[in-house]
Amino acid sequence: MMNSRKGTLPLLKELHKSGRRGPQVPVSGLEDRPVSDILPKEFLREEPLSMPELSEVEVVRHFVNLSNLNYGVDNGFYPLGSCTMKYNPKINEEVAAWFQDIHPALPENRVQSLLELLYILQQDLLEITGMDAITLQPAAGAHGELTSLLMAKAYFKDHGLLEKDTVIIPDSAHGTNPASATMAGFKVITVKSDEEGLVDLEQLKTLVNDHTAVFMLTNPNTLGKFEKNILGIAQLIHGVGGLMYCDGANLNGMLGWARPGDMGFDFVHLNLHKTFSTPHGGGGPGSGPVAVKKALEPFLPKPVLVKAEDGNGSYHWDYDRPRSIGKVRSNFGNILVALKALAYIKSLGGAGLREVGTMAVLNANYMRVAMEDTLPTAYPGLCKHEYVATAEEVKKRYGVKAQDIAKRLLDKGFHAPTMYFPLIVKEALMIEPTETETKENLDAFVQAIKEIVEEAATNPDVVLSAPHDTPVRRLDEVKANKELKVRW
Amino acid sequence: MRYVPHTKEEIKAMLEAVGLRNVDELFSDIPTEALLKRHLQVEGGWDEEQLRAYFRKAASSIPDANSAVYFLGGGVYDHYVPSAVDKIIALPEFYTAYTPYQAEISQGTLQAMFEYQSLICELTGMEVANGSLYDGASAVAEAVLMAMRINGKRRVLVSECVHPDIIEVLRTYQLGQDFEILTLSQKEGVTDLSELEDLSNVSCLVMQNPNYYGFLENMNQASELIHKAGGLFVAAVDPLSLGVLKSPHEYGADVVVGEGQSLGNHMSYGGPHFGFFATKMDYIRYMPGRMAGQTVDVDGRVGYVLTLQTREQHIRREKATSNITSNHWLMALASAVYLSLMGGSFPELGQTILNRSTYLAQKLASVGYPLWHRQYFFKEFPIKARDAEAVQEALADSGYYVGPVIDEHTLLVAVTEKRTKEHMDKLIELMEGLR
Repeated sequence: MMNSRKGTLPLLKELHKSGRRGPQVPVSGLEDRPVSDILPKEFLREEPLSMPELSEVEVVRHFVNLSNLNYGVDNGFYPLGSCTMKYNPKINEEVAAWFQDIHPALPENRVQSLLELLYILQQDLLEITGMDAITLQPAAGAHGELTSLLMAKAYFKDHGLLEKDTVIIPDSAHGTNPASATMAGFKVITVKSDEEGLVDLEQLKTLVNDHTAVFMLTNPNTLGKFEKNILGIAQLIHGVGGLMYCDGANLNGMLGWARPGDMGFDFVHLNLHKTFSTPHGGGGPGSGPVAVKKALEPFLPKPVLVKAEDGNGSYHWDYDRPRSIGKVRSNFGNILVALKALAYIKSLGGAGLREVGTMAVLNANYMRVAMEDTLPTAYPGLCKHEYVATAEEVKKRYGVKAQDIAKRLLDKGFHAPTMYFPLIVKEALMIEPTETETKENLDAFVQAIKEIVEEAATNPDVVLSAPHDTPVRRLDEVKANKELKVRW
Repeated sequence: MRYVPHTKEEIKAMLEAVGLRNVDELFSDIPTEALLKRHLQVEGGWDEEQLRAYFRKAASSIPDANSAVYFLGGGVYDHYVPSAVDKIIALPEFYTAYTPYQAEISQGTLQAMFEYQSLICELTGMEVANGSLYDGASAVAEAVLMAMRINGKRRVLVSECVHPDIIEVLRTYQLGQDFEILTLSQKEGVTDLSELEDLSNVSCLVMQNPNYYGFLENMNQASELIHKAGGLFVAAVDPLSLGVLKSPHEYGADVVVGEGQSLGNHMSYGGPHFGFFATKMDYIRYMPGRMAGQTVDVDGRVGYVLTLQTREQHIRREKATSNITSNHWLMALASAVYLSLMGGSFPELGQTILNRSTYLAQKLASVGYPLWHRQYFFKEFPIKARDAEAVQEALADSGYYVGPVIDEHTLLVAVTEKRTKEHMDKLIELMEGLR
């Protein structure tokens, strides 16, 4: 649990005492000769290695005490928009760990049961997305985007469509979309959002032409809105031979209710660490599988996991993929993360997955309506898994900004919403409760927001100088950038 | 099993508060044509005991490192993972947190990241490190892209002796970028540096040490050659070897990257692991990925924040240094705990691994499995065999695993600090019996 300790801890380096040791190096039963008897001097280290020398108990206490300065989903409500911070079931961690001591070079015939699990996960994800083929290789959502765009590149090259050099992205999109498009060698064009917070269809029509390679769309979008013109948009893009890409970061908002494959998307990446409950680990590892329609299947990264059609139904990694873009990482993917997602899917089943989508949307709408009088939604009306509130009015009236409200929420025991995103909303607070939160928690959060806005009116200083009760208070980011102390 | 806490009464009350009659109306903004008019055909709805039985059945039939003896290498190794490492990374405050966007309640992650960066710098001798990337191969690709950002040159030299996954991933990333890849060939198990002729407009040289075959490269010479040509030296290294092997700083590497699995991470059938990335202070603004920096709070207390975020996608969008967002932080955290526990023992650890691998290589040569080439190695070496796959398969039947197989007559053997004399003698006996 978070404690009221003030400040951070002494660094490991400061705990160093020459001659202290942690766990013993495993014994071999051999007499060890000096390294200089085995290797010539030119290969050997001369500069002394200066690592902190510590005992096991010191190391354990250091990191346990550090963990006490952190806040995770297991500590409390974490309504970080677009990040889907749902509860991470413990059973997933337990069963996945049973596969942690397997080497990836084990011959295929020795890992059939594991390959079967991965194959089942692939089939389940295809059913969930309405797609035809899939890779588990990408390490994270952004990696899935890059993989997809490189596949698009290969697809257009294969079709001799070299003029396809542009990716269109809404102004409400995650920053990864344009960054991935650039890495994949595409030009980026931005399309505006309309007054409802949806893609501006009229502007889109003027931007789409023979150069249009891919339209990257997050659906539901980052305002939590379902792009209700999706079928028309897909028709428009397909009309010029372009591809429809779904950023699946927000799949939780339609899980079990609608599928990217049924609304015109040609490919989609999933964030197993969002929709499928695998933990974020303080910033990874995630997992970003990419599911595609038939036309894109030849371009999937290799190897592709296939089931033999020879009757014995064995599984195997297929490297014989002449049109594949190649590997996007070493080995096969973040396998342990994939297994946690499979455990989650198997705990829920089809009906349970739909219930997740339902309750995620119910929770978001319940909070949206309850907050409307205090911090209004930037784009009113029904939302999916999240919504974006604006503190513009509070700022105008009391000089209290979205960031101040966020920091004050930390004092009240909550994680803050995503701030200042999407960029099109002034003083944005993007709120995603997820389906695993109780009504009591939602009510308590709304109450906290009300109290903070009241404080903004009566005692703004307490908000402006928040947080007060955290291990450290507001940090000097300018100094950090200027002085750049990034190591001891 | 379900993880939603709502009671029927609550659902009713909440729908009423929103002004809806039923849950279907929550999805009325989705066009009818796009709505799924049936349940997903996904088997499930199991309790914890059913889940355990399902996964246990699958796990129990696989010869993992607890039931078999691994001499497997090729980039992933059966290294010792101290018990404390697993316990620390299983602390919920670490593993159920998101990226530390709210620094005031993320000091645990941020200080640990600062310490991780420091430990990687100490190990490699470099000046700065980021907070991790996905894996070793993608870290090399990012290093190459960074080199091109720094010097604007568009030709990249890569040794054929680097891990094949590295070359594959680099070629995949190349699809989106305009640059040329030139390879240096392998000669007697190491990189043929005499081939370096036309070095004009070369952005960087990528070498791996020990290389894919486990052999030690002449990193001094490689570094001199590329620097003379005005390019940057990208070194991919096994971090565990740096207790005994020359640090990249000593041979003048400009960017040091690598696969971090050997530092306290389980094999996990190939992932998740992490890639580390270190370089010189001069290049810090060109670096991809997140980084923690030290600063102070309004009361003057030392604290940590994500720094130089102006390089990153959420600020710079299409002009970012990389698209990377989530990295592999929890795996990097495992390595920070590992290095805190074992760092002081690194010279000893390197020494015992070197002694073990040398013992095994000599014994295997004496029973008819000579080294592929006479070269120096650290923990892994290639041996010759009449039929490499047959050897691998026959050993597997006895619960001993070697490989990967490089070609019909060559396979890799790796020795970690977990392999005892007893393991090795048994392997030698089994292999002698196969001849």
